[in-house]
Parts: sequence; C-alpha cells; structure tokens
Amino acid sequence: MSRRPLFVVSCLAFGYAFLYLPIASMVVFSFNASQLVTVWDSAHSPTLHWFAALFQDQEMLGAAWISLKVGLINATGATILGTLAGYGLARFEKFRGRFTLNAMTTAPLVMPEVITGLSLLLMFVALDQSIGWPAGRGVGTMIMAHMTFSMAYVTVVVRSRMATFDRSLEEAAMDLGARPVKVFFVITLPIVLPAILAGWLLAFTLSWDDLVISSFTSGPSSSTLPMVVFSKVRLGVSPEINALATLTIGTVALLVTGASLWIARRDAARTVATG
Amino acid sequence: MRLPARALVVALPYLWLLLFFAVPFLIVLKISLSDVELAIPPYKPLLTWTAQHVLQIRLDLQNYGFLFTDHLYIDAFLNSIRVALVSTVICLLIGYPMAYGIARARAKTRNVLLLLVVLPFWTSQLLRVYAWIGLFKANGVINAILLHLGLIRAPLTMLFTPFAMYVGIVYSYLPFVILPLYANLEKMDWQLVEAALDLGCRPWQAFLKVTLPLSRNGILAASMLVFIPAVGEYVIPTLLGGPNALMIGRILWDEFFANRDWPVASAVAIVMLLLLVPFMMWYQRLQAREAGAGS
Repeated sequence: MSRRPLFVVSCLAFGYAFLYLPIASMVVFSFNASQLVTVWDSAHSPTLHWFAALFQDQEMLGAAWISLKVGLINATGATILGTLAGYGLARFEKFRGRFTLNAMTTAPLVMPEVITGLSLLLMFVALDQSIGWPAGRGVGTMIMAHMTFSMAYVTVVVRSRMATFDRSLEEAAMDLGARPVKVFFVITLPIVLPAILAGWLLAFTLSWDDLVISSFTSGPSSSTLPMVVFSKVRLGVSPEINALATLTIGTVALLVTGASLWIARRDAARTVATG
Repeated sequence: MRLPARALVVALPYLWLLLFFAVPFLIVLKISLSDVELAIPPYKPLLTWTAQHVLQIRLDLQNYGFLFTDHLYIDAFLNSIRVALVSTVICLLIGYPMAYGIARARAKTRNVLLLLVVLPFWTSQLLRVYAWIGLFKANGVINAILLHLGLIRAPLTMLFTPFAMYVGIVYSYLPFVILPLYANLEKMDWQLVEAALDLGCRPWQAFLKVTLPLSRNGILAASMLVFIPAVGEYVIPTLLGGPNALMIGRILWDEFFANRDWPVASAVAIVMLLLLVPFMMWYQRLQAREAGAGS
C-alpha cells in the first residue's frame, strides 16, 4: 500500500527542513558566546551565558509572571466556557441560537487579530464610560479578551471528541438506573477528559503566545512576555531571545512528545483489553 | 425538566460570546461613524442631548470617504489581498504533497510525521518569525553560508523585502494547511484510486481525476485558514517586511496606536470585516459539511 513516489518523499524532506531549520538555528545560536547573534565564537562557545542573562532580566521576568497569570486564569475560564459550548453544540440537535452560537465559535478561529483586538478594546472603553466597569485596562481586560478567542478553540476540540463518542455507553448506564448527573460524571466526563485537557493546554498556549490582542487590551503596567519580546526584536536581534526560544521549544517538545507517547500507550492498552 | 438544564449549558458561553464577540463589532461600527476628537477617548459621541432635550444623532461617513479617496488605504487593501492569495497558493503547493505523504505513510511513521507538524504549531509564532530575522540579516546565517561557499561576493538584502515577508507568512501558516488536508486525505477511500489504476489510469491521471477532486473540501478549508487571517496579518509584515510593507493590518495598528485616530481605525476594521465575512461564512459551511460527512 505504501508506494511512495520519489516526488512525495522529497516534498516531505523539503517541508520538514523548512519547518525545522530556522528553529534549529535559534537553538544553536542560543549557546553562542558572541554578542553578534549569528557569528559563531568558537573560542568561548558553547555557553549558558544568555540563559543566565535571561533569568536576570527583571523586565522579562516580570512580563513572564503576568503572562503566566493571564494564561492560567484564561485557560481555566476558556475551558469551562468552551466545554459547555462544545457539549451543547454536539448534543443538542436544535435549540434557539444554535446557528449564532455555531457562528460565534467558528469565526474567532479565522478572524484577523487586529479586528478582534480593536473591537474588544473599544468595547471595554465604552463599558468603562457608561457603567464604570471594567475601570481602566490591565490584566483583567486581557483575561476577558483571551478567554473570548481561546474558548472557540476549546469548543472545536471538545465538540469533535463528543462527535466520535459511543452514546450507547451512556444509555447503558441510564438503563442500569444511573441519574443523568451521575452518568455525566461517571461516563461522559472521563471519556471527554483528554479533549478537555488538550483544550486547556491549547488555551494556555494561545494566551501565552498572543501579542496583538494583548497589545490592544492591556494597560500601562501590564506588558506580557510577547509584548516585551516584540519591542526588543523590533530594535534588533538579541541573544537573550534565542535563549528564550530554546527554553520554549524544549518545553513544548517535552510536553507534546510526552503527551503523544501517553496517548499511544493508552490506546495500545485499550486495544489489548478490548480485542 | 430537561429544557432548563439544556438552556443553562449553552446560555453561559452564548451570552459571553454575544457580549465579547458580537456586540463589540456594533461598537466598532458606531465609532467608525463618529468624528475624531482630541480627548479621552478620542472620538465624539454619536448620540447627544441638545439643549432642547432632543436626541441628536450625528453620523459621519467622512471616515469611509477618506478610505476610498486616499490611495494609501486602497493600495494597502489590494496589496493585503494579493499577499494573502499568493501565500495561500504557496502554502497549498508545499502543504498538499506533505499531507499526502503523511496520509500514505505507515501508521507508526505517520504519528511521528504528524507530531513534527504539530510541534511548531504549539511554539510561539512570534519566536518562529524572529528566527527568520537571524537567517535573513545582512550578516545572518544564509549570507554567511553563501559567502563561505563563494556563491555571492557581497551579502544579499533579504530582510525587509517582500520575499522575507512571504517566507514568514508561508512558514507560520504551513501547519494550518497540512493538518486539515491530512484529516481530509486520511478519511479518503483509497480503493477508488486503485480502481482507477486498475482501469488503466496512469498514476498522475488517477491523482488528477480521483484524489484531487475528492480532497476539494480539505483544500478549500485549508485555504480559508490561511487567507482570512493573512489579510489582516500585522506581526510578520512588521518584523520581516520592513517599513515599506503596505498591509492593511499595519495601517489599522498605526492609525490606532501612532495616530490615535480611533474612528479611521474602526472604519478600516469594518471594511476589512465586510470583505472577509463572505469567506468566513463559506468556511463555516465547509466545516458543517465535513462534520456531516464524518459522522
């Protein structure tokens, strides 16, 4: 079955080289001693100098702390809202507002960020003027803005998991006398849980990486990590940012690889158990 | 008593999105029709009570007239559409063979290949765009290699060119193309291709007549995922395209942050939205069709 023409194989090789060479170059140069980011100083490299500098940079650390706070609260809120929306859209065939809810959870996935950012900011300003809440802008407005776009991603993940769900399991539990609430917690939730966790991680990552929507909705003393990185990058390449990139990529690689190994093992165990 | 419980489940996300996603567009529309003013916030109210207690509404279409008479805005819109379109086509040309290769690979290889596509998707887009600055700079990696090999005598100017911007956009959006195309190709009935081959089609004929038409929905969905956000892209043109990269997302940003002209920034957003809404509706229809075909 796997007749793979040379053309397809070379496209794969080219594609992966394209995806990974820039990342690899950042990682390599994060260990470079030279201040000139792209000139390799072989006498003093490899070095962890830039990692140490990164952890002494108060501006970056402060911004990272704000990003972490926003990311954690956002991920939790977006997961609750997105799970409810995903569950409703997957389970309830017809309800008033289904069309609107469907549209409002699909559009944020493709909406240009400058539009979302501008409209949320104008809305916060208008609310502040008319009812006095939210007073000013800062971490709070940023969290509300992040929850709005990241809940759409959670909805998609949870909804697609619900679509491939074997409903006879729930029906069996009901037949055996379990109440709907018990069915939800004993049957439905454990099956959908991996999707909910994936949605939480996705919401956190989206928030942690967001620059444009944060720039519109943040206040004077609430710069996030991407905002600080962006202002540094606009002034030129900085070796500290290479170090930050290496840390980010390392963490993501560990988590994503670990998660997929866990899923593969679980699936294998399940196949053994059922087949 | 199922109805109230159901209503409670969807009411919370529904109201949230209504308040934070739908209503804000009405406010943008309102502000796009008001006058700029040196105040905080920098626009005049649309509705005012006159001295005679009469509600007065002042609609100002001047901001829109401005957009359609000043060449800067028209050029930026046209350029954004062109850049988004070309990037979408390049993404498909690179992404389709990759998705095809992944879908036809053996199960174990396939998981590794998919993981390698997903990994950059989880990593900060800002940092991945930044990586290209280090590669494209005058004293950057690519120039250093080319000079070392003796292929060029003087460093090439790559950073702050349209070329760098296209590379950045294609690079950032490539995973968004591969994943939906893969999902579509993976579901495909390959026996149809085999039947075509048995009936005497050459491999490329079978591809053009069977595989490509069957993956039409995947191609369209992938295109929308690149085209729509790329039209309003701000970060990549700013970091890689340089000061001359005329993109509408940057115009909106500058009108808002640099000129503090909120009404014109709002008018730009409304025009961009009107342009993109048909594509978004199309994307939503495609998603619904795919979901229907899947179950």
